[in-house]
Amino acid sequence: MANYSTNEFKAGLKIMQDGEPCAIVENEMVKPGKGQAFNRVKIRKLISGKVVEKTFKSGDSVEGADVIDIDMAYLYNDGEFWHFMNNDSFEQLAADAKAVGETTKWLVEQDVCTLTLWNGNPIAVTPPNFVELEITETDPGLKGDTAGTGGKPATLSTGAVVRVPLFVQIGEVIKVDTRSGEYVSRVQK
Amino acid sequence: MQRDSTWQPSATIEVLRERAALFAKLRHFFAERGVMEVDTPVLAHFGVTDPHLSNLTSSLRHDVVPLHLQTSPEYAMKRLLAAGSGCIYQLGKVFRDDEQGPRHNPEFTMLEWYRVGFTMQQLIDEVVELLRLSVAAPLPRQITYQQLLYETLAIDPLADTVERLQQSLSAYPSIRELAQQETDRDTLLDLAMACIVEPAMDPQQPLIVTHYPASQAALAQLDQSDSRVALRFEVFYGGYELANGYQELTDAAQQAQRFAQDQRRRAQLGKPAAHADPRLLAALTHGLPQCSGVALGFDRLLMAKLGVASIEQVLPFAIDRA
Repeated sequence: MANYSTNEFKAGLKIMQDGEPCAIVENEMVKPGKGQAFNRVKIRKLISGKVVEKTFKSGDSVEGADVIDIDMAYLYNDGEFWHFMNNDSFEQLAADAKAVGETTKWLVEQDVCTLTLWNGNPIAVTPPNFVELEITETDPGLKGDTAGTGGKPATLSTGAVVRVPLFVQIGEVIKVDTRSGEYVSRVQK
Repeated sequence: MQRDSTWQPSATIEVLRERAALFAKLRHFFAERGVMEVDTPVLAHFGVTDPHLSNLTSSLRHDVVPLHLQTSPEYAMKRLLAAGSGCIYQLGKVFRDDEQGPRHNPEFTMLEWYRVGFTMQQLIDEVVELLRLSVAAPLPRQITYQQLLYETLAIDPLADTVERLQQSLSAYPSIRELAQQETDRDTLLDLAMACIVEPAMDPQQPLIVTHYPASQAALAQLDQSDSRVALRFEVFYGGYELANGYQELTDAAQQAQRFAQDQRRRAQLGKPAAHADPRLLAALTHGLPQCSGVALGFDRLLMAKLGVASIEQVLPFAIDRA
């Protein structure tokens, strides 16, 4: 894998740090007028998800990470692995629990997710921004209530729990924003 | 087709009016004090030897000799001083390669001025007056470089060993790795200044830092009462470095040594060699009057006045739109 000079640093660049692939989140050059310049960067470790700050001497190089993002449709979970398929090449990949992590609660069959591959292996799975899921459990709401009064918790078919307005009932399908975990709307079946 | 909006200015027209007003105020400040405005060449045969500055270069079509866009008008202004100009100032464009970011644009506007007969402290007092009159800055706090680093990091930049500096700076997670690996004293001090001390400064309160270590004297005289430090000062305001000044080195032989020292340092850092400007050395040999001079980033001054975080917001067209 190529090395990158600090001059090439920008948000999104994938580099190796502490033996782990990382993505640059923020990069700022700081330079005393008459002194050495430094790059202060915020990086997200792609496996642990931790965000850390690091400082490099400007002009130094770091090892790049062979990390790519590809879109794949979610197929099924066999109890150990989550299987995905590339809709163009029909190639399939299996991601383990470590890679899927919290995303498991947003996985809907056929939905296209983004898989992050390091050296060809999935290390992270990002769900679509919006998913539609059925409510399997929630308290009966009060009649005449309208949205925006705090709501109540509802459990979805994948096990995810979101706050929904009081009028939403078991068996209904709702649209959820996976980035915030918030209810968006009801979906007509 | 998506419409291209990069034809539009980076700054608002309102900010550009403020910019124009600040130009006028500064010119008035110097006119009142009898300091002459000069405009020395931006394009010149020699660049700087400063190990941490990079000149952009260009050339004439029929000449292979490279020409250097100036990183500061310092050398040319000193030649004018040696020629008997008396006190002078310049408000013009300078260029620095590899400097781009929220507080850097490769082309920016520098206010640089020289006061014949002034000591460092007299010039500091004038800078304070200029900040007060031009952008209504509050009175500053003044501190030595040694005291500042001691106060903020409990390190003594003049006495601590490299190992001790490494150890102290390793306490800060964001610079730990670099601090542990770095063995160059001045790089460690720059790291401390740029990444820990400066971000901790109060942006509302101007801070004058004086007496930089002799190894960072640049073109300042060494302090006769303590040769470990130089008569160099910096002004911080708005959370960033605003100005850098010296009680100027006037000795040609010492200047030649500084050039040679810069060149060794450049080689050590793996940077391209830079020719020492023989015309500056000739001017110093002829005789530079005792003087103090300071360079102040005009765009940053305007940023501080308006309380904006990014240099783009005060430039007609930042580099990506230029």
